[in-house]
Amino acid sequence: MKQLSTKVTSNGHGQDSSYFLGWEEYEKNPYDEIKNPNGMIQMGLAENQLCFDLIESWLAKNPDAASLKRNGQSIFKELALFQDYHGMPEFKKAMAEFMEEIRGNRVTFNPKKIVLAAGSTSANETLMFCLAEPGDAFLLPTPYYPGFDRDLKWRTGAEIVPIHCSSSNGFQITESALQQAYQQAHKLGLKVKGVLVTNPSNPLGTALTRRELNLLVDFITSKNIHLISDEIYSGTMFGFEQFISVMDVLKDKKLENTDVTKRVHVVYSLSKDLGLPGFRVGAIYSNDDMIVSAATKMSSFGLVSSQTQYLLSALLSDKKFTSQYLEENQKRLKSRQKRLVSGLESAGITCLRSNAGLFCWVDMRHLLDTNTFEAELDLWKKIVYNVKLNISPGSSCHCTEPGWFRVCFANMSEDTLDLALKRLKTFVESTDCGRMISRSSHERLKSLRKKTVSNWVFRVSWSDRVPDER
Amino acid sequence: MGSLKKSGGVNGAILSRIATNDQHGENSEYFHGWKSYDKDPFHLSRNPHGVIQMGLAENQLCLDLIKEWIKENPKASVCTPEGVHQFSDIANFQDYHGLKEFRQAIAHFMGKARGGRVTFDPERIVMSGGATGANETIMFCLADPGDVFLVPSPYYAAFDRDLRWRTGVEIVPVHCSSSNNFKLTVEAVEWAYKKAVESNKNVKGLLFTNPSNPLGTILDKDTLKNLVRFVTKKNIHLVVDEIYAATVFAGENFVSVAEVVKDSEVNADLIHIVYSLSKDMGLPGFRVGIVYSYNDSVVSCARKMSSFGLVSSQTQFMLASMLSDDSFVDNFLMESSKRLGIRHGVFTLGLKKAGINCLISTAGLFVWMDLRHLLRVRNSFESEIELWHIIIDKVKLNVSPGSSFQCTEPGWFRVCFANMDDDTLHVALLRIQDFVSKNSNKTAEKASDNDQVIQNNNAKKQKWKQSNLRLSFRRLYEDGLSSPGIMSPHSPLLRT
Repeated sequence: MKQLSTKVTSNGHGQDSSYFLGWEEYEKNPYDEIKNPNGMIQMGLAENQLCFDLIESWLAKNPDAASLKRNGQSIFKELALFQDYHGMPEFKKAMAEFMEEIRGNRVTFNPKKIVLAAGSTSANETLMFCLAEPGDAFLLPTPYYPGFDRDLKWRTGAEIVPIHCSSSNGFQITESALQQAYQQAHKLGLKVKGVLVTNPSNPLGTALTRRELNLLVDFITSKNIHLISDEIYSGTMFGFEQFISVMDVLKDKKLENTDVTKRVHVVYSLSKDLGLPGFRVGAIYSNDDMIVSAATKMSSFGLVSSQTQYLLSALLSDKKFTSQYLEENQKRLKSRQKRLVSGLESAGITCLRSNAGLFCWVDMRHLLDTNTFEAELDLWKKIVYNVKLNISPGSSCHCTEPGWFRVCFANMSEDTLDLALKRLKTFVESTDCGRMISRSSHERLKSLRKKTVSNWVFRVSWSDRVPDER
Repeated sequence: MGSLKKSGGVNGAILSRIATNDQHGENSEYFHGWKSYDKDPFHLSRNPHGVIQMGLAENQLCLDLIKEWIKENPKASVCTPEGVHQFSDIANFQDYHGLKEFRQAIAHFMGKARGGRVTFDPERIVMSGGATGANETIMFCLADPGDVFLVPSPYYAAFDRDLRWRTGVEIVPVHCSSSNNFKLTVEAVEWAYKKAVESNKNVKGLLFTNPSNPLGTILDKDTLKNLVRFVTKKNIHLVVDEIYAATVFAGENFVSVAEVVKDSEVNADLIHIVYSLSKDMGLPGFRVGIVYSYNDSVVSCARKMSSFGLVSSQTQFMLASMLSDDSFVDNFLMESSKRLGIRHGVFTLGLKKAGINCLISTAGLFVWMDLRHLLRVRNSFESEIELWHIIIDKVKLNVSPGSSFQCTEPGWFRVCFANMDDDTLHVALLRIQDFVSKNSNKTAEKASDNDQVIQNNNAKKQKWKQSNLRLSFRRLYEDGLSSPGIMSPHSPLLRT
C-alpha cells in the first residue's frame, strides 16, 4: 500500500526547479563583505531591505506598541488569548486604510471584506481552494512568480494555463493571448475558473497599463470567470506613473455594485512594501460575501500572530508615518533601480523598462550561444558558479523566450550591488560577445540605446493615451 | 457593457465545493452556546447574570508568569530599545526551516514538558499555523482524498474541519464508552480497522489526542505500546496530538509516544506528533503549531507545506529566548501543573456537592461531566440537547454537549475550568448547585426515576470515597480560595 500521500511523492511543490537550486548554492557559500568577500551574492531574493531604519525609528518613538501596551497598560493577556479568525478589527481597519493610501485614496476598502492570511502564499492558496475544484484551471500571464506553481496548484489540485506574453510588445497582455490561453485550456479538457495576475508584475517590474486592466475586466466579464489581482508590490511603484489597481478600473467602469465586482479579488501582503516577510502578514480582499466567509474559516490554518497584528495596527494607523514611509520607500527604490540599470548598461546589458518592484527583468539574449533554453541554463550556471551571482533564469518563471533573467536590487547594500555589477561586467567582457563590445563599443552602445529608446516608445504608445476600444 | 458576447459556461463563476459545503462544521447547532455567550457575556461586576463561558479550552492560569518574564526580558522583543538591533534580520527572516534557536528551544521545551524522559531533535521540528494547521498538514502528507483515518470518539469537535475539510480525508470513529471509562483499547481499534477495511475503505492511519480532549485522561504506557505495535503490524500511520502534554496535574506521568518509538517492534517511519503552545502555555494568539515526525520524507514535505502557515518571526524570536530560559520553564511547568490541579480540585468538589460526577481525569483544561441522571429521557440525544439548551438559557453556562464530540452515549458534557478566575468559577458552581437542587425537587415527584437516581448517586459516592484523591482535594480547595484573581475572559468572537 502506498504509504505517503501523492503530495509527498510528486514534486508538485516545485522545489526541484532552478529557482530554488540557485538558493541552495547561495546557502553553501553566502557573500559577506568581511568574512566571505568572494562568496555568492544573492540577487534572486525579492526582498525590500531599504527602509528598515524608518520602521526602527518609529519603534523607538512608540514604546507602547513595541512592548505590547495600550495607553501604558499591558495588554499581553488579551493578545496571548486572541485567536479570533476574524482578525483584530483595529488591524484590518489599518490595513484597509493603508491599501487605500497606496492607491491615492481613489478607492475604498471595507475592513469587513478583508480576510487575513499567513502571507500572500497562504492567501493565494486559500483563494484557489475557494474558487477551483481539483483539475480546474487559472490563466496566468508568463513570465510569472515561480512560487505560484506551488501556491496555486500543489495541495489544491488546480492547474495553471499560461497566457503567453512576449518581448515584442514589452511582455504586455494582449487579447489574442488571453483567448489563446482560454482555448488551450479547453483543448486540455480543463475548466477555466479565472485569471490571476500580479500587478505590479513579478518578475517584470512593470505595472499593468490601464489598457491591460480594461482588457482583463472585459475578458472575465464575457467569460463569467474570476480575476485575482495579486497587488503585493503595489507600494513599490517608483515610476512617474501612479499605480492603477484593478479596483480603480472597476470604479471607473462603474461596475462597483455588479456581479463582475464580486468576481474580482485582490491579494495583498506586507512582505514587499514594508519589507516584513518574516511577520507573515497576507490578506484577501473580496466583494463576494461567500468567499469572505469561506476564506475566513480557512484562515484558521494560518492566522496572523496576535502580537504581530497589534504591532502593525499601531504602525499602519500612524498616518504621518505611512505617508512618509511610502514616499521614502519609492524614492530609495527608484534610486537603487537606476543604479542597477546603469551598471548593467555599462556592461552592455539592457533591461525591460520598469516602474515598480524590487527587481529588473534583464535581457541577456545576446549572451546566449544559441536561442535555446539549454543555452539559457548554461549561461545561468556560469553566472551562478563562476560569477557567483544568484539570479533567476526566465525559464523558472515560465518565460517563453530564452535569455531573460530576473535580478533583484533591494535586498543588499549599495556596495554589494556595485560589486555584483563589477563582477558581471568582468564576466561579460571575457565572453565573445563582450570582446565584440569592447572592439566596437561605440557602435554597440549606440544600437543598444536605440533599442532601449524604441522599447520605451513602444510601451508609451500602448499606454493610457490610447483610447479604449469598446 | 461591451460588444463582447457572454460566453463560457455559467459554471465559471461559481465557487468550489469546499467553499460552499458545510464540511467546516461551523453551521452546526453547537454554536448556539457561543452565540448566547456573545450576546450576553458574564462579567463579575458589569454583567453578573450573563452567560459564563465554559466551552473554551483556554489556559489562563499562568499568563501572569509569562507577562512577568516578558517585562523582565525586553531583549526578547525585536521592538524594544533593547532588542531593536535585531529587528531587520528577524523581520526579514522567512526561511521555512524556522530560526535555529527557535527550533532548539521548542525541542528543549517539549522534552521538559515530558519530564525529561525523552529528547526531541530540532531538525525534525516543523512549524505550522497552530495545531489546527499542523493536523491539516499531516493529513495532506499522509493521505489522499477518500483515504480514512481512525479517530477514537469522543474527539475534539474541530477535527471534522481540520482533518477533512480541504484534504478530502474521511474520519472513521473508534467508539469508546463509559463502560470502561472511555479508555481506548487496542481491541476497539482493531475492530474499527477491520470494519473499515471490510467496507473497502483505505485506512491510512490512527489519530488521537493524548492527553485526551474532551476526556482529560492519559493513555497508559502498555496500551500506547500495543497501539504502536498494532499500527506497525498493519503498516498504517499513528498521529498523536500531544497539545495537552504539560497540562497533567495529578496521578501518573504523561507517556509521550516519543517514549515508545525506540521499541524494536516499532516502525518509526509511521509515528508523528502534533504539538502546540496554545494549551500548555496558554498562548493561542501566537499561533505556534509544530509537526514532529520520525519519517524524513514527511518532515521534508511538511516543511515545504509550512510556507502556508509559518510562525511569525517576531514570535519565534521571543519564544526562542523564553523557552531557553531553564529556570523560567522549570518554574512555569511546576506552577502550571499546581494551579491546574487546584482548579480541577475545586471544581470537581463543587460538582460533587451537587451530586454531579465527572470522569476521573488527571490532565487537560476541562472535565467530562456526567449528567446522564438529569436527562429527561435516558439515553436520548434529544434529551441531551434539551438539557444543554436549559444549561445555556437557564443556568447561563456555555458548556459543550457530548454529541458535539461524536460521543455515542447521551448525557456527557465537557466543561472548561481554566479559562476564568476563581470568582467566576465560584459563581458557576453556585448556579450549578442551585439548578440541581431545583431539579431534584421536581424529580422527587417522579417516583419511578427517583430511586434509580439515588441508587446511582450512592454507588458513585462509594466509589468517590474510595478514591485516594478526596483528602487532597479538600486541602486543594482551601488553597484554591487564596489564588490571585484574574479578569473574566472577553469573547473571542468579533463584536461589531
